[in-house]
Amino acid sequence: MKLTGSKILLESLIHEGVETIFGYPGGTVINIYDDLMGSSIKHVLTRHEQAAVHAADGYARATGKVGVAIATSGPGATNTITGIANAYMDSIPMVVITGQVPTGLIGNDAFQEADLIGITRPITKHNYLVKDVKDLARIIKQSFYIARSGRPGPVVIDLPKDVQVATAKFEYPDTVELRGYKPTFSGNVRMIEKAVKMLLTAKKPVLYVGGGATLTDAHAELLELAETLQAPVTTTLMGMASFPSRHPLSLGMLGMHGTYYANMAVTNSDVLVALGARFDDRVTGKISTFAPHAKIIHVDVDPTSIKKNVRVDLPIVGDLRDILQKMNKMLAELKDEVAQENEALKPWLQEVAAWRKDHPMSYKQSKTEIKPQFVIEKLRELSNDDAIVTTEVGQHQMWTAQFFDFTQPRTFLSSGGLGTMGYGLPAALGAQVAFPERQVIDISGDGSFQMNSQELATLVQYRLPVKIAILNNNFLGMVRQWQQLFFDKRYSQTCMELPIDFTKLAEAYGATGLRATKPEEVEEIIKKAFATPGPVIMEFKVSREENVMPMVPAGAGLNEMVLAS
Amino acid sequence: MRHTISVLVENEFGVLTRIAGLFSGRGFNIESLSVAPTLDPTLSRMTIVTSGDDRIIEQVNKQLNKLIDTIKVIDFTNEDFIEREMALIKVTAEESTRAEILRVCDIFRGKVVDVTPKCYTVEVTGSPVKVNAIIDLLRPMGIKELVRSGPVVLGRGPKGWKGN
Repeated sequence: MKLTGSKILLESLIHEGVETIFGYPGGTVINIYDDLMGSSIKHVLTRHEQAAVHAADGYARATGKVGVAIATSGPGATNTITGIANAYMDSIPMVVITGQVPTGLIGNDAFQEADLIGITRPITKHNYLVKDVKDLARIIKQSFYIARSGRPGPVVIDLPKDVQVATAKFEYPDTVELRGYKPTFSGNVRMIEKAVKMLLTAKKPVLYVGGGATLTDAHAELLELAETLQAPVTTTLMGMASFPSRHPLSLGMLGMHGTYYANMAVTNSDVLVALGARFDDRVTGKISTFAPHAKIIHVDVDPTSIKKNVRVDLPIVGDLRDILQKMNKMLAELKDEVAQENEALKPWLQEVAAWRKDHPMSYKQSKTEIKPQFVIEKLRELSNDDAIVTTEVGQHQMWTAQFFDFTQPRTFLSSGGLGTMGYGLPAALGAQVAFPERQVIDISGDGSFQMNSQELATLVQYRLPVKIAILNNNFLGMVRQWQQLFFDKRYSQTCMELPIDFTKLAEAYGATGLRATKPEEVEEIIKKAFATPGPVIMEFKVSREENVMPMVPAGAGLNEMVLAS
Repeated sequence: MRHTISVLVENEFGVLTRIAGLFSGRGFNIESLSVAPTLDPTLSRMTIVTSGDDRIIEQVNKQLNKLIDTIKVIDFTNEDFIEREMALIKVTAEESTRAEILRVCDIFRGKVVDVTPKCYTVEVTGSPVKVNAIIDLLRPMGIKELVRSGPVVLGRGPKGWKGN
């Protein structure tokens, strides 16, 4: 039977197991939207295309499935760019479908035309312009395969309007044939054996865990490896929640705003094992003083990540979970060696414990002002263990990473690589769509929140009970902090002069707004918010010039942390 | 260090942009690039001359391999290979210099492919070094225009790439 391109698209999505898509209609996708009526696919109408892509991203991060977003050509498509770049930097599996002007008009500067293939080339894993409806099913199959396999990432399908109308026989392919794309899955066994040998003779090992652990759902394997070896574990922002924060071997986050003990442990380590991490500059600080005594084992599915920023002594390319399983299996057969290694590691664990005791994560509590860190701690205390937390970008994001103890995988969704303000609210929206019954909390700042606040409307419309905690300091806090520390307190354009009444904003959209101005109100407000059905904004008027500490100044080594301002 | 890399890619629209964009986006250097379809019309073969230290060249190779449309990448630098480039050189031919142009042309096994009363166009093929040499010799006569194809390479010996 022959189907139109738009029907083929929807049928193909169903074949891929897609249940929900996020999007915004327009002229060049109007046929798809027409066919959506009566389709089994649920569509969530966001208020901005950027939010649709972030929502698909949040959905993907929370579920592990491929997120799907759709937008019209021209401005609809260009509005998706930040969302796509964000997903690309954090390796999030996603397929973004954009309408395009009819093939005959491409290149003519037609109404609402933009060269989306050209624009998205450097921020996608791959992209396709569909020129013939006969190719559509194959391209969708390939797109989903590319998006979720190897190092995941976003794929754009640019679909001209006439291709949506044209018809072709629909047959969804069973297999994918891409002669240029064969990602390595199984790690080289000899290399894994070498890594195990190195770890068994290490005296000061550290496991440095990145987003790969979340992407491959390797948390159980990671926990087993760490406990077998009794090796301390530090995570990046992207690796957060893949290892339980309260575990005795957890060092918390490393890097620019990492814990003192994580950064000291990495600096003094003799074997550093990078697991699905890519040695980002926010993690390494000054490269020349990064882990200067360590042999580095780097496990990553993407060969380009290896030796890109740091020297690597032992590279292993492949799926992190598969490799960890193999490591654990080998270690299970080396009981005596493991026992010896555990014994030999005791002084190292003592050394690490001493760093932890010297400079634990802390902040100065206040009786008169709400400390932002205190809000984060209370949010953790009063929320469910499986609550999904999203953040925007800035100080509140770092405080969440530092003070919200994550215990379950895929419960922390944050924009790591691109650092996108405005990510958290739509990402929370996507996560709540995926898990209607779970608590979803967007921890936000007053600056970031205003970048996608229109999504309150989407939350209310779809009855998505996201709880939003705005740490309101009336500053663009992270930039202000840099200005305070490195620019002599010259607060250029970081003070949000106009104080917004966020509770009224919530009410305007039909959500609930609550405010706390004193420390003693914090707990009450959070309890009230969690007990209120539907979306709620909790506005916390926090101490205005609180800084995120510790801090490794840009260009300094990890061991040159500033501990307090 | 100078590296000559051959890349086998899908012969589809936009692939050249992907390769060129990869180089510009990551700050890699392209000295020359030549591309044409292979025996199999669904594939194209590119020859890219680039330069950089070992770390950069390793990234160039890995990043090229990472592209979905890339089927194979060979860095010929440490292999025995044949490298050829063609140049067309329009050179002023006065009565006094014509004989010299022809002599130079002869030495380099070049050909005069177009003649006007005041101008010869010379075609020459060889390694980039050889092409540089003939240009240097013709320059005093007055080069009016010059085009170089950029080098193409093949490995020496009986071994061949599959699907070329």
